Amino acid sequence: MAVTRIFIPRDVAALAVGADDVARAVTAQAATLGAEVALVRTGSRGMFWLEPMVEVETAQGRIAYGPVEPSDVPGLFAAGWLEGASHRLRVGRPEDHPFLAAQTRLTFARCGIVDPLSVADYKAGGGYRGLVKAIELGGAATVEAVTKSGLRGRGGAGFPTGIKWKTVRDAAADQKYIICNADEGDSGTFADRMILEGDPFCLIEGMTIAGLAVGATKGFIYSRSEYPHANATMAAALQVARAEGLLGRGILGSDVEFHLELRVGAGAYVCGEETALLESLEGKRGMVRAKPPLPALKGLFGRPTVVNNLLSLATIPVIMDQGAQFYADFGMGRSRGTMPIQLAGNILHGGLFETAFGLTLGEIVMEIGGGTASRRPVRAVQAGGPLGAYLPPSQFDTLYDYEAFAARDALIGHGGLVVFDDTVDMAHMARFAMEFCAEESCGKCTPCRIGSTRGAEVVDRILAGKDVAANITLLEDLCNTMKFGSLCALGGFTPYPVLSAIKHFPEDFHGRRLPVAAE
Amino acid sequence: MTLATTTTGWTREKAAEVIAEHRNLDGPALPILHALQETFGHVPDDAVPLLAEALNLSRADVHGIISFYHDFRHAPAGRHVVKVCRAEACQSMGGHALAEGLLHRLGLQWGGTTGDGQVTIEPVYCLGLCATAPAALVDGRPVGRLNREKLDAVVNEVRNDWSHTGRVGA
Repeated sequence: MAVTRIFIPRDVAALAVGADDVARAVTAQAATLGAEVALVRTGSRGMFWLEPMVEVETAQGRIAYGPVEPSDVPGLFAAGWLEGASHRLRVGRPEDHPFLAAQTRLTFARCGIVDPLSVADYKAGGGYRGLVKAIELGGAATVEAVTKSGLRGRGGAGFPTGIKWKTVRDAAADQKYIICNADEGDSGTFADRMILEGDPFCLIEGMTIAGLAVGATKGFIYSRSEYPHANATMAAALQVARAEGLLGRGILGSDVEFHLELRVGAGAYVCGEETALLESLEGKRGMVRAKPPLPALKGLFGRPTVVNNLLSLATIPVIMDQGAQFYADFGMGRSRGTMPIQLAGNILHGGLFETAFGLTLGEIVMEIGGGTASRRPVRAVQAGGPLGAYLPPSQFDTLYDYEAFAARDALIGHGGLVVFDDTVDMAHMARFAMEFCAEESCGKCTPCRIGSTRGAEVVDRILAGKDVAANITLLEDLCNTMKFGSLCALGGFTPYPVLSAIKHFPEDFHGRRLPVAAE
Repeated sequence: MTLATTTTGWTREKAAEVIAEHRNLDGPALPILHALQETFGHVPDDAVPLLAEALNLSRADVHGIISFYHDFRHAPAGRHVVKVCRAEACQSMGGHALAEGLLHRLGLQWGGTTGDGQVTIEPVYCLGLCATAPAALVDGRPVGRLNREKLDAVVNEVRNDWSHTGRVGA
């Protein structure tokens, strides 16, 4: 009897809903039945409402079942899932599922499909073709290709990646660095984490190409302590890459040299800001640096440094492999390529949706996401993390691209969308934004350090019904000071959630709304 | 997968060994502090002068680094640590009321430890489990789609587990 391969995610979100228990149940039931199965632990396809989603390799391809509970396993075997038979949990071929079929997966092409620690799997899925191309082209042409692709920073600011690389390439120094900013602290975002857990070689290849392009032989991945599972997988992948000659000297038989280390932060949100990250990597308090000088010229240990978001770096291999024009042909306006959108919070179909820019916010939330999980009306969507604006359904016509969002005083940021139903209290969310800023401020600049504490106090007075109109004016004034007077995005962008809540949901600030169901 | 480990009692020699193991890295402070906390369950105040000497910094500088980062504790936590997510995605699924309820039932504030020394409840801002919210990390084990019953069950499970004497902050 042939061995049937069964794919079960070990992505932390799948583990959080019982993937390990399901894996144990599958192994036990196969042993009981004498069925020859081999378990492959993958990342996640990103259809989290179906997790744990199990895929069985059959003559018709991989057939998915989900969400699977351990108690479902005997029934799935009995129904004949090893042949892809029908069952109430049968999803079918994942690629045919509307949620995946509607996507354009470039950055996430392999995530959830491959064994994340198998170099053979990675290469079979197109891995290392990009680096081979970059070695052929050389550094200058590689930088040019990245510029032509139109790739912009995926961490929030949206700065053109190629221009940053060229600055570092043109700088003269004895040592240059590539830093991957994987300090994905924004609520509602998990794309970096999924790559770390599901396709780590993609990041390693992307960073190696960046090193070749700008002349850097050393790189750091700065991740978060809140991601222990992702860090364990990434650390294991680095060991495999070193052992297989994919890091170190003479990579792929060329003269490319690149060394890569994983570093883990210590629970400080502000270290996601690139200059605070540099200070933290140097072993200091994660205090923001004033710019200039730009990190591209004076970055880590004062050397020219590329600091890119994980998603930017993980997108480099496909750009080099398929060509700059291929990538640039996706998207609209100055927002080129694809964006891995993360659908989170109170949403029916939460997950990772990679698509070319240009859908409307409403299409993403209502059609792709299916509206709320609670089946109540959507009241607000926070876009771009805890420093992003809250948008009401009346703005669902906003196109998903950098410029259209900016025109509505909103941010795309790292691509997270957190959906709230009509039980949300927006004054509470505005207060939370200020409280979060106060908690996480590095303390270097006054508007952020003191403004956030005073901001929370002002919201408290509004909530208590004291001089509401005057206090709202005061809060708006304070937000302006923070927006224009802060050194970095933490203080500078906290006004986005606060002001958007006041603007779009005034009824929550002027006299209290009747409380809807509390939970 | 469990990330729980048994921690070691403080000795100067052990601390010096941990420091020596990492001091040749570029920017070694954070890796050393993580390793110290992993070893001792916290970063003991006695480690500060050792670290200052190794890194050629003042004691005040080292104290400044340790106190800046939320992860580092200068006293041991309970034997089990439950990190409950307070961020927006979890709030949108009732996480706020869920967490407040748990603290109320245990008679704790954020960061507090139960009287039996078994469980510390800590806030965390995003575990990346935003599509399976609300979520928590229990001794490093992720749990998602929480409701009151499920959260109480996992907390009670670790509270009744005396099998190991301590764990590290993940």
